[in-house]
Amino acid sequence: MRREPGRTVSDAADIKGTGGGEAGVAIATQGLAKMYRGGQLAVDSLDLTVPTGSVFGFLGPNGSGKTTTIRMLMGLIAPTAGQARVLGVDVLLHGKRALPRVGALIEGPAHYPYLTGAQNLARYDAADAAADPRTRAARVAEALDRVGLANAAGKKAKAYSLGMKQRLGLAAALLQPRELLILDEPTNGLDPQGMREIRSLISSLAADGTTVFLSSHLLDEIEQVCTHVAVMNHGRLVAQGPVAGLYASQQARLAVTTEDRDLAATVLKEAGGEDVSIAAAVVSCAAAGLVPEAVCAALVGAGVRVAGFGVQRPTLEDAFVALTGEGFDVDQ
Amino acid sequence: MSTSSLTPSELAASIDPAVTKTVPRATGGRSTGGRLCGGFLSSELVTMFRRWRNRALLIALAVIPVALGLALKLTTGTANGGGGNGGGGGGSGFIDQVSNNGLFLVFVALTLTLPVFLPMALGVVAGDAISGEASQGTLRYLLVAPVGRSRLLAAKGISLVLFCFVSSFVVSISAWVTGLVLFPLGRVTLLSGDTVSYSDALLIAVLITVVVAVSLLGLAAIGLFVSTLTDTPIAAMAVTVGVTILSGILQSIPQLSSIQPWLFTDQWTSFADLLRDPVYTANIVHNLWIQLLYVAVFGSAAWARFSGRDVLS
Repeated sequence: MRREPGRTVSDAADIKGTGGGEAGVAIATQGLAKMYRGGQLAVDSLDLTVPTGSVFGFLGPNGSGKTTTIRMLMGLIAPTAGQARVLGVDVLLHGKRALPRVGALIEGPAHYPYLTGAQNLARYDAADAAADPRTRAARVAEALDRVGLANAAGKKAKAYSLGMKQRLGLAAALLQPRELLILDEPTNGLDPQGMREIRSLISSLAADGTTVFLSSHLLDEIEQVCTHVAVMNHGRLVAQGPVAGLYASQQARLAVTTEDRDLAATVLKEAGGEDVSIAAAVVSCAAAGLVPEAVCAALVGAGVRVAGFGVQRPTLEDAFVALTGEGFDVDQ
Repeated sequence: MSTSSLTPSELAASIDPAVTKTVPRATGGRSTGGRLCGGFLSSELVTMFRRWRNRALLIALAVIPVALGLALKLTTGTANGGGGNGGGGGGSGFIDQVSNNGLFLVFVALTLTLPVFLPMALGVVAGDAISGEASQGTLRYLLVAPVGRSRLLAAKGISLVLFCFVSSFVVSISAWVTGLVLFPLGRVTLLSGDTVSYSDALLIAVLITVVVAVSLLGLAAIGLFVSTLTDTPIAAMAVTVGVTILSGILQSIPQLSSIQPWLFTDQWTSFADLLRDPVYTANIVHNLWIQLLYVAVFGSAAWARFSGRDVLS
């Protein structure tokens, strides 16, 4: 199950009952692949489906092909094979029709250091041929206001802190009302308050119906804001679907903290617990099919000195590590 | 302004849906030309001339004629024209003339800046055109805006053409003003020996500046092409300036006489022909054809390279 490409955790097309039709899908790729010069296969037959209105977490270790995928979605690089449709439009052929409706933050913000924050945004706004020059100033002011940079609008971008640059990048993505936001590490470099603000901004945008495609290493963040996730590893999609679906592959465990380890293990086995394990002062077993209250009573009844008892819900981190492996070394 | 009761978001919401929903679909990709003039080209020009590095280049170009004028003013008093140290026939001829008529400082300044300083300034700006955007990461954001690759390249190309003219006129206007201050005015003796009025000579000076600016267009196209090849602006600048030096070297090797008429530097000195009466046009026209050829070849190459390239910066 682990190394299987394509849909594993759940069938993404079933989400929200949209049946995979164009109307309900913000991003759809079919057999998308990219081989760089030198033969490195960065992305391999990717079938990604991002439902409209979802907050979609895009996960994967460094070098797993996330950024290459995002660049292909934005028409910056041409796929070696396959097709990418964004908002129902083939980006390679008709990018101009889709891209004005997409806001993006790709691999960190980038600015003209010698221009002010407002001038930077005005330049990006001018780059969009569909943007009306007469309302440019209003759009720039509103975008700056939205990310909390209104007071720094007249400051040169080179004088901005890392967090301010990140906000300015977000402001560029929010210049127009967007149907889709593709955000690569949006909270990178922000302080905790800044992270909270950005998360609440993402939530409010999602509440307005904007689809958010969020790439991040911060699993907490993904867990907090995302409705759907996809996990990439070695250029392949190893899982995609609703967040709950990802947990389904991970089992919750009953954990008992006690001095009487052997006795507790016996009681758990008698209660029907499977996969009993003992680690330090914690004895645990699979929680499936057990009633925690009854097990606790049984433990106490058997004379186990229970210092702690609880059900450990699987975290996204557990699921992520199970899908992508423990390895710390960057592949290739 | 009049909608003071609205918050910024309400204001934008009341305006923007119309912008995003109707404009892109109504005009599609066909409005590139019209939108170029109104929107992105002006942004490109503002960005170019707002940048202090580019301003510094233009200031340096403006200082050269002033320094030249002062040097000539100080030396003519003692050496009275001195030896023809300008090298080329036109150059030394002009230098001797400056002390008689300040307008000749324009011709001297252009003669001296065209081989080195103007190409150097242009090489910096042209080499930086695409590679600079790539290296600072702004290229990807322009492309996803979406600016359109052809539209971006066209805006860069047009702004480079403008830079050729601006830099040439900076040199000649600075030289003209310096000449007014330091040297006498009056009728101008042409290289052919005829004399023309000061106003006619001024017109010739403007024409010569235009011809010098046009002489730089081939190099601008080369620079634009080179800047699409790399994400390292310094490399593109060095190559562009290096190409000029290389062309100058090839120019001086007699065995290469068969290819020399096709070098973009071959007819750079032809502007001096405007100082003859009647004007000797053959070399000037040849120069125009060379520049046109280089713009066509390297402009197409830049487009071919940039339109299909993976942007990884």
